[in-house]
Amino acid sequence: MWRSTTPAARGGAGPHDGPLLAVDDLHVEFVTRQGVVKAVNGVSYWLNPGETLAVLGESGSGKSVTAQAIMGILDTPPARVSGGRIRFRGTDLLKLREDARSQIRGRRIAMIFQDALSALNPVFTVGAQIGEMFRVHLGDSRREAHRKAIELMDRVRIPGARQRVHDYPHQFSGGMRQRVMIAMAIALDPEVLIADEPTTALDVTVQAQIMELLAELRRESDMGLILITHDLGVVADVADRIAVMYGGRIVENALVHDVYRAPAHPYTKGLLESIPRVDRKGRQLSAIEGTPPNPLDMPPGCAFTPRCSYRQDNCVADVPPLHRIGPTRGSACHYWREVLDGSHG
Amino acid sequence: MAATGEPILEVRHLVKHFPLTQGALFRKQVGAIRAVDGVSFELRRGETLGIVGESGCGKSTLAKLLTALERPTSGSVRIRGREIAHARGAELKQVRRNIQMVMQDPYTSLNPRMTVGDIVGEPYEIHPEVVPKGDRRRAVRELLEVVGLNPDHADRYPHQFSGGQRQRVGIARGLALRPEIIICDEPVSALDVSIQAQVVNLLERLQDEFGIAYVFIAHDLSVIRHISDRVGVMYLGKMVELGADAEIYDRPVHPYTQALLSAVPVPDPEGRERRQRIILQGDPPSPASPPSGCRFRTRCWKAREVCAEQEPLLQIRPGTAHASACHFA
Repeated sequence: MWRSTTPAARGGAGPHDGPLLAVDDLHVEFVTRQGVVKAVNGVSYWLNPGETLAVLGESGSGKSVTAQAIMGILDTPPARVSGGRIRFRGTDLLKLREDARSQIRGRRIAMIFQDALSALNPVFTVGAQIGEMFRVHLGDSRREAHRKAIELMDRVRIPGARQRVHDYPHQFSGGMRQRVMIAMAIALDPEVLIADEPTTALDVTVQAQIMELLAELRRESDMGLILITHDLGVVADVADRIAVMYGGRIVENALVHDVYRAPAHPYTKGLLESIPRVDRKGRQLSAIEGTPPNPLDMPPGCAFTPRCSYRQDNCVADVPPLHRIGPTRGSACHYWREVLDGSHG
Repeated sequence: MAATGEPILEVRHLVKHFPLTQGALFRKQVGAIRAVDGVSFELRRGETLGIVGESGCGKSTLAKLLTALERPTSGSVRIRGREIAHARGAELKQVRRNIQMVMQDPYTSLNPRMTVGDIVGEPYEIHPEVVPKGDRRRAVRELLEVVGLNPDHADRYPHQFSGGQRQRVGIARGLALRPEIIICDEPVSALDVSIQAQVVNLLERLQDEFGIAYVFIAHDLSVIRHISDRVGVMYLGKMVELGADAEIYDRPVHPYTQALLSAVPVPDPEGRERRQRIILQGDPPSPASPPSGCRFRTRCWKAREVCAEQEPLLQIRPGTAHASACHFA
């Protein structure tokens, strides 16, 4: 059975315990009518307690599918985990039976989604939905769950929690709904929180409120946060480390300061050069040419090759492994030295 | 491209109220959504005016008013001196030729049953005098080439293109009638990050080549800064600040603009601990019952009594070089 969540077990992630969560060579496929789509192709990343890991990628990069595999909420079929391990405090989640996994899901690893409106049930009050966490997982009474729901709504700064606990999701604004989702996610004090584009649908001032809240919640506990996003600004603001995904693979991982100072993969470099900045007026944007790869028709070798200014003949032939280029840094480019020097491109 | 000469688009006191009704049989008006509530600005030839604001501020309604897809409750929109807001029939058709639109969603704004060539050439069906029938195929091929698409793909359908390519199709359609003004309503926000720069660069190149003026509506303040010569900030149906891009971004005086700018994450972790951020409390009020006086006062840290009593006008205030609508600017 699963080891109990004693304070010692929670805080005891010493050097020998390894990371809190480690995804190791994960492969996920989707069986479709047009063929097998390899959405995740050997992804590895890890998360330490109290850390914020940003997983950056565009649509179809596999960033959300990886998260769904960690949560165990992939639709199978059509999806299928075809290889790899997901170790949570040392135990491979993929080897657990469903009943053991559901003990972890929502309770020790929780997730929030981009679209809070469709993630909430429209016919129950938000109080009932937050309270359900306590009723299902802890067996609390209705009254106790209601009390805790109000407490949580206070904690995520929903004004007038005592009244609003009786409201339905549609009565909340987008930002407030996202707070309700966060309240549900942190209800049971999870060790890992996965936030999948939590602010993408929100206005920038509301985004600032939500990111501030997430940062606060993370400071208050030892919770590890996996932030899935496409926004290089949000990453720079809150992340400790970053894993950049492209075409179902990790193409670069690093401490966040290192990546922005000197990217080591042409894709990361291209992205950083192609975005306009609010704090200065730049000259022409240098766009990455071409389009992200079609998962049904992946280019051979490195998936970024057709768009890459560093490409050589061997890029089409060999998939570059994630070269270890520093103590906490990897790049899946044969020519990472050149990219790092900025010598051309 | 620098803006020159007289304004080609003049917007004066533009107002759009959508009635709120009650009752099915005897519908009576019980109020109004004040989506756009007294907006004025000018646009010069070859200039880009960025309009920025959050959801519900009225920026998309403004786009529809400028192209006469919605009729204003009051106010005027003049294109080269000709009124479009109340024009009808042949008159409207003539004025509209000069003001075209590029929409946000390249997936729903292109008819899936038409080939890309037909989509781009459709404006010529409505304005046959622009290009004679015999030359249309060639004109369409030219347009596709101008926006960076392969002219041999004119017979393909929208679903055969990626999002970025579809947006290029939308832009080609917007260019077909050689308008002097294009209204871009969130033209890159549906695109992947790596594709956005391609489309922004394309719009800039077309401006240089053809001297087009853009009204560029977006919620992304970084994109707006990059592309705009002047910027207008909207809040709850009002323009709260309007000026040259450097004025707005480097010397904002309206508290809402200040909060908005401070909320935008900067893609650089250096010094992030020291960054000051103004976190606004709560949500914007409903445009059906906006606060009296200044509409931002309910969330403003500078608000005093006068803000509830007197509406601050958008005007140039002492010590600033651009217009703002705040008593304490």
